[in-house]
Amino acid sequence: MAQSALAISRKTGISAALLVLALIVLALGAVISRAETGAGLGAADWAAIRFTVLQALWSSGLSVLLAVPVARALARRRFFGRGALVTLLGAPFILPVIVAVLGLLAVFGRSGWLNTALEAAGLPAVSIYGFHGVVLAHVFFNMPLATRLLLMGWQNIPSERFRLAAQIRLTPRAMFRAVEWPMLMQVVPGALALVFVICLTSFAVALTLGGGPRATTIELAIYQAFRFDFDLGRAALLSVVQLVLAGGMALLVLRLVPDITLGGGLDRMMPRWDARGGVQRIVDTIVIVLAALFLLVPLVAVVWRGVQGWAQMPAQVYHAAGISIMVAIASIAVLLGLALPMAGWIAARKADGGEAIGLLGLSASPLMIGTGWFIVINPVADPFDFALVVTMLVNAMMALPFALRILVPPMRDAVRQYGRLSLMLDVQGWRLWRVVLLPRLRAPIGYAAGLTGALSMGDLGVIALFADPDRVTLPLQMVRLMGAYRMDAAAGAALLLLALSLGIFWICDKGGRWRAEA
Amino acid sequence: MKYLTFATATLAATTAMAETPELVVYTYDSFVSEWGPGPAIEKAFEEVCACDLRLVGLGDGAALLARLKLEGARSDADVVMGLDTALIAAAQETGLFQETDIVADYALPVEWTDPVFAPYDWGYFAFVHNKDVTPPANFKALGESDLKIVIQDPRSSTPGLGLLMWVKNAYRDEAPAIWEAMADNVVTVTKGWSEAYGLFLEGEADMVLSYTTSPAYHLIAEEDDSKAAAIFDEGHYMQIEVMGRLAGSDQPELAAEFLKFMVSDAAQTILPTTNWMYPAVTPDAGLPKGFETLTVPEKALHVDVQNVPALREEALAEWLKALSQ
Repeated sequence: MAQSALAISRKTGISAALLVLALIVLALGAVISRAETGAGLGAADWAAIRFTVLQALWSSGLSVLLAVPVARALARRRFFGRGALVTLLGAPFILPVIVAVLGLLAVFGRSGWLNTALEAAGLPAVSIYGFHGVVLAHVFFNMPLATRLLLMGWQNIPSERFRLAAQIRLTPRAMFRAVEWPMLMQVVPGALALVFVICLTSFAVALTLGGGPRATTIELAIYQAFRFDFDLGRAALLSVVQLVLAGGMALLVLRLVPDITLGGGLDRMMPRWDARGGVQRIVDTIVIVLAALFLLVPLVAVVWRGVQGWAQMPAQVYHAAGISIMVAIASIAVLLGLALPMAGWIAARKADGGEAIGLLGLSASPLMIGTGWFIVINPVADPFDFALVVTMLVNAMMALPFALRILVPPMRDAVRQYGRLSLMLDVQGWRLWRVVLLPRLRAPIGYAAGLTGALSMGDLGVIALFADPDRVTLPLQMVRLMGAYRMDAAAGAALLLLALSLGIFWICDKGGRWRAEA
Repeated sequence: MKYLTFATATLAATTAMAETPELVVYTYDSFVSEWGPGPAIEKAFEEVCACDLRLVGLGDGAALLARLKLEGARSDADVVMGLDTALIAAAQETGLFQETDIVADYALPVEWTDPVFAPYDWGYFAFVHNKDVTPPANFKALGESDLKIVIQDPRSSTPGLGLLMWVKNAYRDEAPAIWEAMADNVVTVTKGWSEAYGLFLEGEADMVLSYTTSPAYHLIAEEDDSKAAAIFDEGHYMQIEVMGRLAGSDQPELAAEFLKFMVSDAAQTILPTTNWMYPAVTPDAGLPKGFETLTVPEKALHVDVQNVPALREEALAEWLKALSQ
C-alpha cells in the first residue's frame, strides 16, 4: 500500500542491498572454493551453538528490557548534563573489546572496586566470571545502544499526542498504554534483533568473562578453523550457521513490527505534563542515576588508566590516529551512500524483513569476509593495495544494520506523512530527498554517521589480513603495544581512541541535532 | 620546467628502487612494531645487503601460516620468520619451504637438526607472578593450591597451545587429572597472550602463563624487579621460534643471506631486549645485563615436531573436557 505513496527510486536501494549481499556471498563462495577436507559439525560445535544462542538471547533481552525505563526517563526529563550523558551512551559500544573488558574488571573483577568495597564491609566476594559475566558485559556494551534507539522512538512521537493526553488527564500508566506502548512495539523488535546479532558474533568478551571453554562461541570456532586448523570447509560451514541464526532471528522479530503509524505532528517538542508527579520524578531520577553509574564507572576506570599511561605513548600512536581518522571519515561516506537509498527502499515497503539484509553484514564473521576477499583479490592484485578500500567497505557494512535501524523508522514516518503530498506536488528524485526527507532525517543521519565513524575508528575486523605495514591504524597500534608488554602506553592509546571515537560521534550527532532538540 | 625536474627526479628514484632487490619477509605483528626488533634488524641488514628489506607483520605465528597456505606457491614472501615448534609440522606439510644450509653454534637446551627451519630465538614457557606470591613447585602443587591463574586458549593462541603441550609432555596419561585439579585455579581463559597478561597486571590473577624471560622486560625497560617466573620441577616446555625460506622465492641468495644474518652477532644482540626472548646463538658480548637475574629451569621439555599435531589433538580434547565441567 505504501509502495505507491511515494516516488522514492527503488533502484538505488535495491542495488545497495544487492551489493551488500554480493560482498557476503562472494566471500563465502571464495572460502568454500578453497575448502578441502571439511569436518562436519561435532558435539562440541553444537554445544558452542547452544551457548552462543542462549547468551545472545539473554544479553539482547536484558539489554532492551533495561533500556526501556532508562530511555523513558531520559525522554521525560531535562537536566544539566543530559546532552553529555546521551553522547556518553555511545561510549561503551565503541570501545575496543579488550579495553572495555579491562574497564569492567576494574569495577567487577577479583580485585576490582566492587570486591574491595565488599571486603571492607566484611561481605563475601562476588565473581564476575561465568555466564552472568558474559551477559553483564554484553548488557554494558549494548544497553546504551538500545537506550539510544528507544530514545529516538520517544522523540518521534508527535508532541501533540502528549498535549492531548495531558488535556484529557491521562495517568502515566494510561499514557504508557495509549501512546508509548505502540511506539515500543515498533522500535523494540528492531533493537532486539540488532543486539542479538551483535552478541551472536561475540568472541573475546564471551571467552574472557565466561571463564573458560564452557563459554565457547561460534565465532571462536570460526577463528580456530581459519587460524589453527586451516579447515576452510569447516570455517565456511560455521559462518553459514552464524548467518542463518542472525538472518532467522531478524526475519522472525521484524515480522512482529505492527504496520501502524504514530501519526504526524508539527515536528516540535513539548513539555511532558504527564510526568510532573513527585513519584514519577523520583523513579526517573533513580533510573537515570543507576544507569549512569553502571555505564560510567567502568569508563572512569578506562580514562584513569589512560591518563596514567598517556605520557608513555610513543609518537607512532599519533600517526596511527591520523590514519584512523581518515578511515573513519571515508567509511561514513561509504555508509551513507549505502544506507540512505536502502532505508528509503525499505521504508517505502510494507513493514517486513528488508532490514535483515543489513543484519547479515554484521553477522558475517569479519575473518570470513576478510579471508574470502583475500582469496578473490590475491590472484589478481596485491591485497595491500586494496587495504583501505576493503576496510572502508567492511566498516560500512558492519555499521549498516545500525544505520538502517536508526534511519528506517523515521524514514517510514516521513514517507507516510509526506508521501502523498510529495506525489501530488510531483516532488521526486533528488528534490524529494533534499526538500522532504533529508530535513526530517537530519538527526538520525547525524547519529548514524557518528556511530559509523566511531565504529570504524575502533575496528580491528579485517585489518589483520589486509593490514598495510605502512598504514597502521590506532586500534592495531594499541594491540601491538599490548603485545609488547607496554600495557600502560596501550591504556594511553585506548584513551586517545576513546576520545577520538567520541569526538567524531559527538560532531556528527551534534551536527544532526543542531538547532533541533533531541 | 620545475615539474619536469620533479618528474625526472621521481622517475630516477623509481628506477633506482627497481634496481635494488627487495627481500620480503613475513613475520608476526609484534616483530615489526616500532618497539619490536623490526626497525633495528631492517637497518642492520640493509647496511650489509645492498637490498631493500620489507618486513610484513601478519598477526601471530598461526595467522602467518594460515596466510601462507592461502597464498600458496604464488606468495610474494621470500622468507617466513616467526613460526614456532608447534607449527613446524604443519608448515613442512605445505611443501612451500626449501632446505637451508645454515650452520650455527646454537645455545638451545636441545640439539637442533631440522633441515628446513632455523631457530632465531627461544624461551621457556612459565607462570609469571609477583614476588610477594610464593609460587608452587609444580603443576600438582598448583592444582592443590588456592592460587589463581590466567591462561590463553589453545584454540586461538600459541602460548595457550604451549601450556597444553607442556602439561601433556610432563604428565602424558595423567594430564587429564592435572587439568581437572587445576580447573578451579583457572580464573579465566583468554583469546591471546596480551589479554591474559593485561588481566594479570590488573590483579585479576596471581600468576599468568608467559615466559621465563618476561620479568626481564619489567626489570630492564621499567626498572621494576617485582616480577618473577615460577620454576616447575617437571621441567619447562620450550618455544623455539624459527624461520625458513620459501622455495618460490625470486631472491633465493638474498633469502639465504638473511637467514645467516639472523643468527649472526649483529641480529642476535638486538633480539633479547626487543623480542624479550633468549637469542638462539649467544652473542659475543653475552646476554644483556639483567638477563642473569632470570630464573632458569633445570630441565627443558621438548616434543619432536613431527609428533606435535597428533599430541595436540589428544591434549586439546582432554583440556576441553576437564575445563568444561
